[in-house]
Amino acid sequence: MCTLEKRGSLYILTLTGSGEHRLNPTLIDAIQSALRRVKAEPTTSSSALITTAQGKFFSNGFDLAWAQSIQSNLLLMSQKLQSLIHDLITLPMPSIAAISGHVSAAGVFLALSHDYVLMRKDRGFLYMSELDIGMTIPAVYIALLESKIGEPMARRQMLLRAAKLTAKEAVERGIIDAAYDSVDETIRAAVELGEELVKRKWDGHVYAQNRMVILREVLDKLEFDETGGGITNTKSKL
Amino acid sequence: MCTLEKHGNVFILTLTGSSDLDEHRFSPRVIDSILSALSQAKAQATPGSILVTTSHGKFFSNGFDLAWAQAAGSRTGARERLHQMVEDFKPVVAAMIALPMPTVAAINGHAAAAGFSLALSHDYVLMRRDKGVLYMSEVDIGLTLPDYFVALFRAKIGSASVRRDILLRARKIKGEEAVKMGIVDSAHDSVEQVAEASMRLGKQLASRKWSGEVYAEIRKSLYPELCGVLGLAQKVVLANSKL
Repeated sequence: MCTLEKRGSLYILTLTGSGEHRLNPTLIDAIQSALRRVKAEPTTSSSALITTAQGKFFSNGFDLAWAQSIQSNLLLMSQKLQSLIHDLITLPMPSIAAISGHVSAAGVFLALSHDYVLMRKDRGFLYMSELDIGMTIPAVYIALLESKIGEPMARRQMLLRAAKLTAKEAVERGIIDAAYDSVDETIRAAVELGEELVKRKWDGHVYAQNRMVILREVLDKLEFDETGGGITNTKSKL
Repeated sequence: MCTLEKHGNVFILTLTGSSDLDEHRFSPRVIDSILSALSQAKAQATPGSILVTTSHGKFFSNGFDLAWAQAAGSRTGARERLHQMVEDFKPVVAAMIALPMPTVAAINGHAAAAGFSLALSHDYVLMRRDKGVLYMSEVDIGLTLPDYFVALFRAKIGSASVRRDILLRARKIKGEEAVKMGIVDSAHDSVEQVAEASMRLGKQLASRKWSGEVYAEIRKSLYPELCGVLGLAQKVVLANSKL
């Protein structure tokens, strides 16, 4: 599922294995567990989080095969993702997503919940597949996109054209921060950025508070069960 | 008035007029006929349908029929008629935002005030670079803006300084600049090329065979503030046989 490594002041969370890293309840639980460990560490010094993955995919979105079109399954994954997004938005340290491969649909939401998004440019697409597979997108995720991607035309191209964007195109449209020649270069840049941010010796809690203010609109729309797991409302609201 | 034709998958909505100099102003009757055409397109929509809206001559549309408003004979009368057109036009913008198919505006000439708003209600806007301007004239002629116009501009145009230039500076914007300002998607050398490029884009979008219902819901979710002002509700669509 995922591993958590500490490299100096940096935490590296890796989605392991060569699969699509589909965001099913098990994987989301594993990621949240890792983030809880990060939060539990004594904060004697500033840190930063880097999230990456092994294999051809960063994440291809929700595990629709597991859900089998059953609404309560889809709802559960969405609520768990929202809980994970909440964890990332409240994380007391800067966060960097090092996109190592294809990233689509809910995988894009996971990536964009990080402060910085770096991506390899030699392979892989950033792709909002929802329109192509016939699924609408809940308002909370649109709020996330709006908070991270300023240009209406860029958001339209992602959502209403279901464009498969290369890393270069994603940089040009202000969707991600930078693109690199290979996955190794991407990780190296993520580590460099992480170390640069750590050197500023920011108070993690102040950092988190600032981020929460900026992403207030997203936080206000997040709906999840804080006790961790159940479906709290049965309204049809994916 | 306007006409609606169907060429294969493409619905073509044309604002018609008496001559090349016709300003294609939106009087209540014209607004009614546009609304009718959009209802028709919606009723006949299938996966892969698209709408291309255009006009002929010097103007795409110069906005509301202010002459008809003045013809009321009194200031109160004129204000009431203007208010009527503003209210009547709101469902047109709502219908565009809820239309179950991608939409392309092929701008053949000047698009001002409500005409500019109609253009901006489309998913893609193509215009000429040789002739024609986009112009929100309201501040020049002393009219305030309807709330849904502003919400539309806020939804579609990202830059605060561009919105200021359009609404508070009443800039007359030509094709090349409109592309740079992020208002339109592309500018073309002649009206024929605008038409060609619009059809080409239309066909590309049509070939994806998207579910119109899903497309409309995602479009609405992209513009939550605008939908709020227009009173458009959203619903959830959960996938289809592709899963």
